[in-house]
Amino acid sequence: MNGNGTPSADARVRVLRVGERALLVELEGGAEAEAFHAEVLRRRAAGALPGVREVVPAARTVLLDGVTDPDRLAAELPGWEVGPLSARAGRVVEVPVRYDGPDLAEVAACWGVSVEEAVRIHTAAEFRVAFCGFAPGFGYLTGLGERYEVPRRATPRTAVPAGSVALAGPYTGVYPRSSPGGWQLIGTTDLVLWDTGRDPAALLSPGTRVRFTAERPGGGSRAGGGR
Amino acid sequence: MTGRAVAVVRPGALTTVQDLGRPGYAHLGVVRSGALDPAAARLVNRLVGNAEGAAVLETTVDGCAVRPRCAVTVAVGGAPCPVRVDGRPAAWGTAVRVAAGSVVEVGTASRGLRAYVAFGGGIAVEPVLGSRSTDLLSGLGPAPLTRGTVLPLGADGAVRTPVDAPPWPGPPDVLVLRVRLGPRDDRFTPGALRALATRAYRVSPASNRIGLRLEGPPLERSVTGELASEGMVLGAVQVPPDGRPVVFLADHPTTGGYPVVGVVREADLGAAAQAVPGTAVRFVPVR
Repeated sequence: MNGNGTPSADARVRVLRVGERALLVELEGGAEAEAFHAEVLRRRAAGALPGVREVVPAARTVLLDGVTDPDRLAAELPGWEVGPLSARAGRVVEVPVRYDGPDLAEVAACWGVSVEEAVRIHTAAEFRVAFCGFAPGFGYLTGLGERYEVPRRATPRTAVPAGSVALAGPYTGVYPRSSPGGWQLIGTTDLVLWDTGRDPAALLSPGTRVRFTAERPGGGSRAGGGR
Repeated sequence: MTGRAVAVVRPGALTTVQDLGRPGYAHLGVVRSGALDPAAARLVNRLVGNAEGAAVLETTVDGCAVRPRCAVTVAVGGAPCPVRVDGRPAAWGTAVRVAAGSVVEVGTASRGLRAYVAFGGGIAVEPVLGSRSTDLLSGLGPAPLTRGTVLPLGADGAVRTPVDAPPWPGPPDVLVLRVRLGPRDDRFTPGALRALATRAYRVSPASNRIGLRLEGPPLERSVTGELASEGMVLGAVQVPPDGRPVVFLADHPTTGGYPVVGVVREADLGAAAQAVPGTAVRFVPVR
């Protein structure tokens, strides 16, 4: 990460063997994991990782499954020069949201701001899908910043409607389909997050950049979104 | 619906359509899925002249009954079980020609859990993300069979890989699972790692396509702090807070936050899928 392949770079990457053919790369934090994931995808696209069938980013790890020579790759990985995550890289998806979620007022109170200001903060942020999980096409989006972390609900809801825009910890997520869930619901989008008849099936896949825009009740985007 | 199809007469406890799964989508939260005993699925396909990756039925415990609407070659394998065609005993583990309208009855497994039923031409439901497998965790692919479900079949006779009476190892009395420790074995006490390597576990009745749940000595953690969710692989031995290991099978979640003490060799997972509740399990650590 610091450019010249200095020894200190090695300490930032821990490679763990996972069974016969997989490696789990543990990074220092979420931002490092996102940058490392982008580097893995770059190298795989360039044909440098033959056989690797799955690349699964998570909160602070990247899993590579289907590695043909795990010992060799495990030795190489800590020496990789990982470029900084480019703010310009990745597909951009705009998600129009009706900020009408039942937990919006509680989230605003948690942040110590008005509801209007909470919406402004959420629409002003630049998000990126750090990883997916929980359900097909459910992305964990980073970008709000530490001071806007919120706790999960003490009691999860048994059914969160599809299209719900929700917060938990440092993440924003959009429920691809109705499911139980413990995230704080701040709004709703009509976008279809997951459709196996579409290519790509997932609207939000790891590395996708996302902006939320405020939609007035009854349709139409509020111009500007705070920027 | 006429033509090449089979209708479900008796769905059994849980019968799903399976092929060799949909790899390559774990980063979207979609697991590979596919037949839990892939060697059995490949072999029944070869018996009827299909490509090994054609879609077959996977039954659970008590088989199923189907009525083909066309003359078709059928083979039943995997867990040994009685096979009947219109009430008459028919051969298990080999190709059987069945007339249109006959009822093929796959009986309760005498050993093992999951029988596989291949039809010439394969089950031709619409693939989802390149696979016809039912993924019970994500809800992808065709729903589990119900009475009256009609499944289309593909054109017969495209591939010929003749096999007739293949050797078929029965499910073992003791399920031996070779396990490579890690990635989170450092989160367990030396006593826990010793217990894993030396003590006997048993298959729990709560096992399913997602995981083989085990009863036995709980594995104590040396680090109790939370682990951030990380990617999971097939065969991962995840240890929830109760300390009882779960071996991840085909429909496992793609990420998880409980530590993985080790990973079972993929070659041993077919036998794991056939292990009935109560079966003794031994883990053998390997490099």
